[in-house]
Amino acid sequence: MRPEVALPVLLPLLSGAISLLFWRSRPMQRFTAVAGNLVLLVVALWLFASVHQEGYVTIQMGGWEAPYGITLVADMLSAVMIVLTALIGLVIAVYSLASTGPDHEKFGYYPLMHLLLAGVSGAFLTGDIFNLYVWFEVMLVASFALMILGGEKAQMEGAIKYVTLNLLASVIFLTAIGLLYGMVGTLNMADIALRLHEAEHQGMVEVLAVMFMVAFGIKAAAFPLFFWLPASYHTPPVAVSALFAGLLTKVGVYSLFRVFTLMFDETLDYTQDLLIWGAAFTMVTGVLGAAAQYEFRRILSFHIVSQIGYMILGLALYTPLAIAGGIFAVMHNIVVKTNLFLISGITRRLQGTYQLKKMGGLYKERPWLAVAFFLSAFSLAGIPPLSGFFAKFVIVRAGIEAEAYVVTGIALAVGLMTLYSMVKIWNEVFWKALPEDNLVPEQETVVGDDGRMVKPSLWMMTLPVGALAALSLLIGVFAEPLMQIMNTAGEQLMNPQGYIDAVLGGNVDVSEALIEVPASEEATP
Amino acid sequence: MEPVMAIAIGLLYAAAIFLMLRRSIVKLVIGLMLLSNAANLLIFTSAGMTRGAPPLIPEGMLAPEGVVADPLPQAVVLTAIVIAFGVLAFAVVLIRRAYEIVKADDLDKMKDTDT
Repeated sequence: MRPEVALPVLLPLLSGAISLLFWRSRPMQRFTAVAGNLVLLVVALWLFASVHQEGYVTIQMGGWEAPYGITLVADMLSAVMIVLTALIGLVIAVYSLASTGPDHEKFGYYPLMHLLLAGVSGAFLTGDIFNLYVWFEVMLVASFALMILGGEKAQMEGAIKYVTLNLLASVIFLTAIGLLYGMVGTLNMADIALRLHEAEHQGMVEVLAVMFMVAFGIKAAAFPLFFWLPASYHTPPVAVSALFAGLLTKVGVYSLFRVFTLMFDETLDYTQDLLIWGAAFTMVTGVLGAAAQYEFRRILSFHIVSQIGYMILGLALYTPLAIAGGIFAVMHNIVVKTNLFLISGITRRLQGTYQLKKMGGLYKERPWLAVAFFLSAFSLAGIPPLSGFFAKFVIVRAGIEAEAYVVTGIALAVGLMTLYSMVKIWNEVFWKALPEDNLVPEQETVVGDDGRMVKPSLWMMTLPVGALAALSLLIGVFAEPLMQIMNTAGEQLMNPQGYIDAVLGGNVDVSEALIEVPASEEATP
Repeated sequence: MEPVMAIAIGLLYAAAIFLMLRRSIVKLVIGLMLLSNAANLLIFTSAGMTRGAPPLIPEGMLAPEGVVADPLPQAVVLTAIVIAFGVLAFAVVLIRRAYEIVKADDLDKMKDTDT
């Protein structure tokens, strides 16, 4: 029994249940949110320590042996993602204490947040392809409800696009699972990997690979299926935006990494070009879309798309170094992108708007906030010694080694364009003087715990921002040890045999002896 | 049986995609419903259809005798139906609220967040 593999899924579910029990008690829900996610972070670090020591940690749910039951499995990639999930969960919980109003908290904001984290953790840990679909849906349903919390017009319009495109992706995913099961007669990903290599119709395997690519591509917001993201991510409350920006698209990226390194590694001569050019167009369209925007969160939304391109490029180049770089980019992006959204929430609180044209003068007013933005924004653009520099450096170096010069050039040019957008925000929000027509609102007042009207405190919003900005700096300073972890993860992904052995526990013979009733034989009349 | 099912599933997918391309949000949601049903039928069919042979293990034996139906896709479809039901219930409520707030059921009038 390895409880640390199952706990990252169970704990958020437990916190969510506790939150639901205290439906009417706001203080109790707020306490559960912070405490629950703090425990989650501790468990995540425990899991990471185990994986760091042993390579793979697995648990067979319900005691059913591997190809039949559901396996939860953590390799280095999963462990890193779980730690980041827990970290973002904790940061968002603290930030929400100040930023999320009582009208949102009353309608189940915290239970939904826990449910979302459970879905994300489950997707990162499961070793079963249908179970992955289930966790995707858990995550999606929670995100749907969070997205329309508050029920404003823009939220409804954004949510319709978000819901439709994500459900379409889910159905494509489900269809692909159905066809895959028809071919190989198993749902365990390690078992699928073994059987796909012996499959008769390699053409069908390529079709399935592309179906999975489309399904996860929509969820990861890759070109050309990204447009639901900038149409919806700027509409919900800012803590929700930040949570989505940090975690949701990365689950799609993680699934791409998992599926294409484990199951479809033999279709690469066909799919690699698709992935490379998909990544290139994702980078370019995202960054060009951002250049045209003058709304804080919309610029950031388009940059999510652009950064997804780097991660997919890391996968598409398909060398251990490139994959390590891709995972480094995921890690850096989760920290930095969440922080930028959180900062946009603080500026909104201070100046009452997200429109860059109406903002200004914050450098003078809040120099430390400006420093936090500076660190995050320039990290996103890839300025050394911040975290983004190393992510880009590794991917670009892997690209040059793989002699993919065009796409590497595009990656570098996109970095420059990212800098342009970030400098635009810097100039408009922090540097220029506050335009005279901006009516900075009176500080909104909220009902305090004792029932009186008080000004909301900012420190619970600035604390997470400061922590994440410092973390971004630390990732840059300690890039070497982190890069070793990423290299381990890359090596594990490139050699799926270790994963397969860990899941099936070496009893591959048993699984093959017991497939006397495969579906394909029944199908023939 | 399989060819008939295959054609029916193909028709369902086609109808669903056609409805989803319409501008009305009601047709959009009906399209989503058809699409999820089509996917469920596809799982059911692609795993192979066996008539009248439930996967029951006779008493005192370790494996069922002869060719039996595969129980796994049925369990999978059951889960998928439940998930689709929940998600589509949300979608129906969403379009109702959207209609009340935007006062239109036309997707072309919901472009505020696109530009």
